[in-house]
Amino acid sequence: MILDSKIPTGPLKDKWDKHRMNLKLVNPANKRKYEVIIIGTGLAGASSAATLAELGYSVKVFCFQDSPRRAHSIAAQGGINAAKNYRNDGDSIHRLFYDTIKGGDFRAREANVYRLAQVSVNIIDQCVAQGVPFAREYGGLLDNRSFGGAQVSRTFYARGQTGQQLLVGAYQAMSRQIELGKVQCFPRTEMLDLVLVNGHAKGVVIRDLVTGKITSYSADAVILASGGYGNLYYLATYAKGSNVTAIWRAHKKGAALANPCYTQIHPTCIPVSGDHQSKLTLMSESLRNDGRVWVPKKAGDTRVPSDIPETERDYFLERKYPSFGNLAPRDISSRAAKEACDAGKGAGPGGKGVYLDFADAIKRLSEKTVREKYSNLFDMYEKITGENAYKTPMRIYPAIHYTMGGLWVDYNLMSNIPGLYVLGEANFSDHGANRLGASALMQGLADGYFVVPYTIGDYLAGTKEVRPKTDSAEFKLAEENVSSQINTFLKIKGKRTPTSYHRELGKIMWEKCGMARDKAGLEEALQQIPKLREDFWQNLNVLGESHDFNQSLEYAGRVADYLEFGELLVRDALTREESCGGHFRSEYQYEDGEAKRNDDQYSYVAAWEYKGPGNAPELHKEPLVYEEVKMSTRSYK
Amino acid sequence: MNLLLKVWRQKNANDEGGLVDYEAKNILPEMSFLEMIDVVNEELMGRGEDPIAFDHDCREGICGTCSLVINGNPHGPLQTTSCQLHMRSFEDGDLIVIEPFRAHAFPVIKDLVTNRSAFDRIIQSGGYVSVSTGGAPDANAMPIPKTDSDMAFSAAECIQCGACVAACKNASAMLFVSAKVSHLAYLPQGRVERERRVLKMVAKMDEEGFGNCSNTYACQAACPKNISVDYIAKMNREYGVAVMKNGDASFNSEGSEGV
Repeated sequence: MILDSKIPTGPLKDKWDKHRMNLKLVNPANKRKYEVIIIGTGLAGASSAATLAELGYSVKVFCFQDSPRRAHSIAAQGGINAAKNYRNDGDSIHRLFYDTIKGGDFRAREANVYRLAQVSVNIIDQCVAQGVPFAREYGGLLDNRSFGGAQVSRTFYARGQTGQQLLVGAYQAMSRQIELGKVQCFPRTEMLDLVLVNGHAKGVVIRDLVTGKITSYSADAVILASGGYGNLYYLATYAKGSNVTAIWRAHKKGAALANPCYTQIHPTCIPVSGDHQSKLTLMSESLRNDGRVWVPKKAGDTRVPSDIPETERDYFLERKYPSFGNLAPRDISSRAAKEACDAGKGAGPGGKGVYLDFADAIKRLSEKTVREKYSNLFDMYEKITGENAYKTPMRIYPAIHYTMGGLWVDYNLMSNIPGLYVLGEANFSDHGANRLGASALMQGLADGYFVVPYTIGDYLAGTKEVRPKTDSAEFKLAEENVSSQINTFLKIKGKRTPTSYHRELGKIMWEKCGMARDKAGLEEALQQIPKLREDFWQNLNVLGESHDFNQSLEYAGRVADYLEFGELLVRDALTREESCGGHFRSEYQYEDGEAKRNDDQYSYVAAWEYKGPGNAPELHKEPLVYEEVKMSTRSYK
Repeated sequence: MNLLLKVWRQKNANDEGGLVDYEAKNILPEMSFLEMIDVVNEELMGRGEDPIAFDHDCREGICGTCSLVINGNPHGPLQTTSCQLHMRSFEDGDLIVIEPFRAHAFPVIKDLVTNRSAFDRIIQSGGYVSVSTGGAPDANAMPIPKTDSDMAFSAAECIQCGACVAACKNASAMLFVSAKVSHLAYLPQGRVERERRVLKMVAKMDEEGFGNCSNTYACQAACPKNISVDYIAKMNREYGVAVMKNGDASFNSEGSEGV
């Protein structure tokens, strides 16, 4: 397998401009002859669908939801970063670039991240032009807030629902193209295989989730914008339907999967209330702008928070990281919360929680101001827990929230399979080992509005591989494989539901490969997962039929993929014998508990190649070369 | 707690369907309403019975997928989404009737799952600002009064769930359509196309088979995002002006621009 990152030469700040001049173009009149398939309608999928159609390409877009506007980008609360420097506080493209590289613990590609910072300013302009109602000040100009891992205010927001407003903007832009006949949208469908012809990605096999019909679609290029894989852990902040299937099945067709062990734990989620829990709910970490995180100083303190005097509270983030305080990056804040709970100082039932207290902010700003900033988050908290956070501190605990790993892509966002592009959370490209807050929305829209529309033309103009017909042998074989797997699920007729396997797998992953990992635990997981997988194929119970709306059948396919993918993630975590960002190996830490990177040996992207069922995957390394930035130990003290 | 459920079961769009009794046992007050159905479904599957099909995704009240009528109310007794309703709103021994959102324009797919793609088609008819990617002016080039921006935002909070339609005796989609019309009409970026937009969206709404508004405000009472019926009044004004200036309501030409 050859991994050519195709990073342009020359000074960092000129690379993207220079590259755009070198990219081949497709003549405007010829664009309509090219068909592009897009999987997923989140920020990356919808924005690329709209933009490619505006350019003239013929686009088909598929999503499993009943409407493209429901993709889980919609749930992002806090905001979107952009190096606008509207606050006059010293922000710049270079500073956003540096913060992102540093936040990612020096495990991201310099050139990709720099480009992301460059196009960030265009995103805000584009969204405002679409009618996205960002927060404004009385003078009519846009408001900003600060976010974890940054010392400038560069985050644009729309109350606590920035993701929804940005997604609706992209959805509306795509809807306009649907009306114009340039985009065809297929809701309630699921991609079950990627089809390669002469080594190029030329189509997909789709199951209609209402009728169960299996259909092949061919195209000149395929874009996967299918999101992240955090639901592997069962309890996560993802939507229930989010899944790894599209990228995993592309991986099994030859696409390299990079850095799967980089998973992000979000520090401000609502704690688990019992075994019935089906998902975890995140509250925007923007809350940390005004909330103070603390636990009782004494272990086993069961007093209600209001009875614990100031002197007996440990504001541990402010104490350990005085310059960033409650805004320390996500991985650091999460681990600090876990440490406090592991030491028996946790709050609430089961001791799995820390307080996030707004009493000081209410005193300083008034309840009205706090309400204006965060009312929907406080309402959400009250709906779920039944507690009023204006009166009593919130309880929060970390949960799986984002995955930095994903399919390997080059500078053009093309995977190692020619013609297969991967955007947004589904790729591995920009966040290194840890993503900063308000950067996911930025990346999804950067990829979709401003990167792939340029780079896809280079492939289409340069390739000699024409769009195949869907009656070719490659498509027929893929359809047969898909149908055969579906029939197998229905034939097993065992005793256990897909949910029960998913829960058990999630538990293994969280305990052995969660917030902190070690060799012994990872090796145990590598024993447990294959056993669970074997049991799945013997004892699964899926009722109903294949030619029908059958939610357990859909789910079984996704769990089958998690059971394979989980093993790869654990293997990646075991191989990376260092701690960096979201990957914390207990063996590799400084005396004060900070992550200990090993730049000499692990300063590379781990890209895994699938070698067939039963065979160990092969590791390929793309070295990370830093031309501009000097690697340093990440310190937020 | 233990509950008695009456759940709408319908094999497919052509099936007649009907209410079926189920028991929900050992339900905890901390569970969400959907987690309660998860528990019932796991038990059904254990007995070899087909689980209850229902739509859900984010389970945090923002994606707009979940769509249950609970004891006659879309999304149940609280003004929130079905997924954000928790069992602490019920008591041991309660009878709970669960049905799909009912409207001619939302045909049932299976059990509690309906097809709400009519909403997508209404947005496609004009619910956007016609700008393409690239070339947008600087985001701060045009100041927007905070009051306008806030009014636009409150309308843009609509999650397109369809509870307004399910609550309305006429299955009217006026609250949904007016929220989009108002969101864009309050912003200078959206004003260029305001007349075309309202005429096209209203025409599409009628074509999809949604009923008319008779001012009962049931939609506002059911809306999980507190979208106000004031936006319906706003849309009516927008529509009136557009008809006066452009003539026929069955507007489908390119139309005039501007205000």
